[in-house]
Amino acid sequence: MITATLLTLAALYFLTPVYWLIVSATKNSADLFGTFGFWFAHPRPLEHLRDVLTYDHGIYVRWFTNSLLYAGAGALAATLLSAAAGYALAKFPFPGREAVFNLVLAGVLIPGTALALPLYFLFSTMGLANTYWAVLLPSVVSPFGVYLCRIYAAAAVPDALLEAARIDGAGEGRIFAGLGLRLMTPALVTVFLFQFVHIWNNYFLPLVMLSDSDLYPIQLGLTSWTGYADRRPELYQYTVGGAFLSVVPLMVLMTVLQRYWRTGLTEGSVKA
Amino acid sequence: MPFLTLFLLCFVAPIGYAVHQSLHRTERTGPLGLGGQEREVFAGLANYAHALADDRFLTGFGRVLLFGVVQIPLMIALATVLALLLESASARGVTFFRSAFFLPYGVPGVIASILWGFLYVPGISPLVEIAGSLGLHVDFLARDTVLWSIANIVVWQFTGYNMLVLISQLKAVPDELYEAARIDGANAWHIARHIKIPLIRPALVLTTVFSIIGTLQLFAEPMVLRPLAATIDSGFTPNLHAYSEAFVSNNQHVAAAEAVLLAVVACVLSFGFLRLVGQRGNGSDW
Repeated sequence: MITATLLTLAALYFLTPVYWLIVSATKNSADLFGTFGFWFAHPRPLEHLRDVLTYDHGIYVRWFTNSLLYAGAGALAATLLSAAAGYALAKFPFPGREAVFNLVLAGVLIPGTALALPLYFLFSTMGLANTYWAVLLPSVVSPFGVYLCRIYAAAAVPDALLEAARIDGAGEGRIFAGLGLRLMTPALVTVFLFQFVHIWNNYFLPLVMLSDSDLYPIQLGLTSWTGYADRRPELYQYTVGGAFLSVVPLMVLMTVLQRYWRTGLTEGSVKA
Repeated sequence: MPFLTLFLLCFVAPIGYAVHQSLHRTERTGPLGLGGQEREVFAGLANYAHALADDRFLTGFGRVLLFGVVQIPLMIALATVLALLLESASARGVTFFRSAFFLPYGVPGVIASILWGFLYVPGISPLVEIAGSLGLHVDFLARDTVLWSIANIVVWQFTGYNMLVLISQLKAVPDELYEAARIDGANAWHIARHIKIPLIRPALVLTTVFSIIGTLQLFAEPMVLRPLAATIDSGFTPNLHAYSEAFVSNNQHVAAAEAVLLAVVACVLSFGFLRLVGQRGNGSDW
């Protein structure tokens, strides 16, 4: 009984803001300020959401596409790179292997935002700042992914199998693509999801790198709206609507993919 | 090795460049320092001295440390309690609760801050309204409370995630262990205290280290809440300070020095924590 009560209280805490968002996404700016926040008033969800999508020549859709591109392409590339690097670190003894691995581990511990500023200075001397590459390139490097892939590859890819494939005359590239990747799939799913959410949620890097609002991911776009909302009150309503639209797909994804989060993360923590 | 190349470009190069930048300063050769050619000259540790002499930068550090000391144990404790409750609860509703707790992790920090921002601002916030009708005056954005309002956002976002990491480790504990304990007469509390918590220690350490690193980077939440709360200044967190040094004051070199300091402190704290728990684990086996 106590357990159920505590769990319900916790659920209330975690769900209340989401409930507020759902209710508020149906309101216009006047009702947002003028009516009680936890209940509906003149709900017109479709109309309001259409306003969000069409405002400023559909800039919202553009931001959403940018976010998908950064997170999707970035996470995919990061997964493949991590797989290759982790596999190599686990299966090929080469001089300095431990040093490289320790360097990668140190990378896990360095705060991403401490890197973002120097990275911006560096990229602006290279002419890369304020381009898609400025956000994509740093996103494809995932030290955590490499760490996870190495541990997983060491455990899940048997050396004997690789030997057999080599004797059969398969090249190293084919062995990796055909055997390694397939055996590492569970870890790869985790790395992909982890990196996708990481890039999607990242705010500091694009904030530092991008000045052209056409390149903004969704988070940056929404904060630029709140910045103007003092002068244009309808932007409050658009911010709420835009937040609602961007949160829904990710929350659905979270709930569906929850079980994948489990498998891989312990792989890392058990052996840490 | 394409990974190594990109790793060098995106991790090693910026660190090297940051260190280089932080040791130099820009000097203009024209009269009175106006116009003329800009060139970089070696400045030794002057930028570090400048950063460390800046009261607001240091206050910001103190603030995030205080924040971490309170918020991290609170969040990890809550995550542990929820994980243990979910583990011991009967099958009904467990999936719902687990999803509900994990849901906020899917909400990006910026959106979470916008959301909670609306729930903090008087005039929109139903929470302030309810408290008001009960005769309570609450101000989530006052000087003394705003830091804890931010802590609440972080707890809201990451508790579920940490809980999931802990649950997955709990699942790895063989059931026989509980059976044996139960036969020996241990009650649920004893099992939790003496078997489950020691067994999920690696996961607790892992989540704590990641929380320490996350706390030092605190940026999005205060940045988003800034327009709402006059008490958040540009030096509220070290990261915010470095950002405004770079883009508002146009002082790249000091910003680079601050980024280096931030990375060093993060490494020292996380390694320090790992050492601390490592020793304790060897000494007294709890």
